[in-house]
Amino acid sequence: MSTWLGPEEWAALGLSLKVGFWATLINLPLALLVSHALARWQFPGKQMLNALVHLPLFLPPVVTGYLLLITFGRRAPLGAWLEQSFGLVLAFRWTGAVLAAAIMGFPLMVRAIRLAIEAVDPDLEQAAATLGASRLSVFATITLPLILPGLITGAVLGFAKAMGEFGATITFVANIPGRTQTLPSAIYGFLQVPDGESDALKLVAVSVAVAMAALLASEMLARSAAKRINGR
Amino acid sequence: MSLSVDISHKLGDLTVQVAFQAPSGITALFGKSGSGKTTVINAVAGLLTPDAGRIATQSEVLFDSKAGINLPAHRRRLGYVFQDSRLFPHLSVLGNLNYGKRFAPSGSSGPDLEEVTALLGISSLLHRRPGTLSGGEKQRVAIGRALLSQPQMLLMDEPLAALDSARKDEILPFLEQLRDSTGLPILYVSHSVAEVARLATTVVVLEQGQVAQAGPTEQVFSDPAMVRHLGLREAGSVLPAVVKTHHSDGLTELTVSGGRLLLPQINLQPSAKTRVRILAQDVILSRDAPKGLSALNILSGTVTEIRAGGGPGVVVQMRCGSDLLLARITLRSANALQLAPGLRCHAILKSVSVARHDVGHT
Repeated sequence: MSTWLGPEEWAALGLSLKVGFWATLINLPLALLVSHALARWQFPGKQMLNALVHLPLFLPPVVTGYLLLITFGRRAPLGAWLEQSFGLVLAFRWTGAVLAAAIMGFPLMVRAIRLAIEAVDPDLEQAAATLGASRLSVFATITLPLILPGLITGAVLGFAKAMGEFGATITFVANIPGRTQTLPSAIYGFLQVPDGESDALKLVAVSVAVAMAALLASEMLARSAAKRINGR
Repeated sequence: MSLSVDISHKLGDLTVQVAFQAPSGITALFGKSGSGKTTVINAVAGLLTPDAGRIATQSEVLFDSKAGINLPAHRRRLGYVFQDSRLFPHLSVLGNLNYGKRFAPSGSSGPDLEEVTALLGISSLLHRRPGTLSGGEKQRVAIGRALLSQPQMLLMDEPLAALDSARKDEILPFLEQLRDSTGLPILYVSHSVAEVARLATTVVVLEQGQVAQAGPTEQVFSDPAMVRHLGLREAGSVLPAVVKTHHSDGLTELTVSGGRLLLPQINLQPSAKTRVRILAQDVILSRDAPKGLSALNILSGTVTEIRAGGGPGVVVQMRCGSDLLLARITLRSANALQLAPGLRCHAILKSVSVARHDVGHT
């Protein structure tokens, strides 16, 4: 296997998994909060928030990448501030790939989790409150267990999107082998050079395998979670 | 422990403006659908914020619009049993019961899991999932869950309305036991006359968002004005009674303040207290002491009030002993008998007219 894939390909696969993992981890709590707000709370600017969350789904990814670049680039105010205050550089680093992937995957996660929250009967949450559970306790003990299947679906969708993100990533962090080159950008790179097609095909096969594995695992998890909450 | 409610709340076309006291025992909020019952109970629970008013227990103000007090539902410690049980589907029966216990304030006293499951007969269901329970079982678990949260009062919104009559009969004895053994005050929303007559110690009648009548059950049910709220067929008085003895011919003899009643066998020990409901339409009046009748139950008393309705009937209220009895007869008969307040007369009731499901023990 190690001879079948070269070190650069291994690095691309590793980076894609790493980016997918971190993007999902960072997105989950945030998506949970935003989904809950969109599903259950009434507040001014709710429609604006909804539009903002979904924007990356409708913008060309290259536009999102460019917007990230002019916001978080090292010479952009926000990017410069992050570097000075926290030593955090995003542009042309793997951390930037995580940010790009997270933003692109966020709307998919929110959609899945929001649907799950909307399916939870508010009457059950009311019943929990009359039994003495505070709002936070109600969320942790009633809402969260009941939306677990949706949460899993959302996480897998977000992970898959993060793994496969290409347009925004390559615009924001470029395609530097070993540093910012993810699986899709490696495939793209191979297709740009003569005789690169066989290497590209190997990575295509890897992509398909990872996607299938993630999909099957999530199906199994979501099914067992759904079984636990149907009351039978 | 008692609850006092004085609230007003606008709900679409209906303005709910209600003030009443709920002493210990079961206080029934009775009325047609749309009369504001659920609005009131939800306001007490803290699930709805009334426009104005005050809700307080003896020890604590739950809501006071003037003082700006509005305790959130989870801090009111009022166990709520909903019509649709609302068991948590991701928890077992035991998990549901423990959920109530989990948030009960430490150090508060109340029945424990064993007592509650024994009282409600749900000990064998503990490891079942809510989806596998019958409607009656679900409702008993919901009652247990509410009890275990160590509430200072129990709220019940039509807890039997979704059940068929067999399931109702399964739960009614538990509610009576709850009323009699735990001493926990219960606010009970219902539109069923039979349920209220059997369970309630105090009745608050709501009509279009207003209190139309309120008082002890016997008093409210024996008020001729109630006929309008209960409907002609359901109107009737509720009498406290004591089981005297069981006769060998299958009849049970009960003592009421105005005499004795013979009923088909009742499953109660002698000297047990009970309640009988006598429908106004099942009562025949006679000026003279009747002779040669097949009816076994005759109570003598004095006419206290005659109230004419719009139709050909009148409602006669008479005092038998310390109880008040209602009889619905035609205006023609009332005139023929020359009935008037203060007149002695006899009420004839067929023993079969006191139905089994209308008899409950107090």
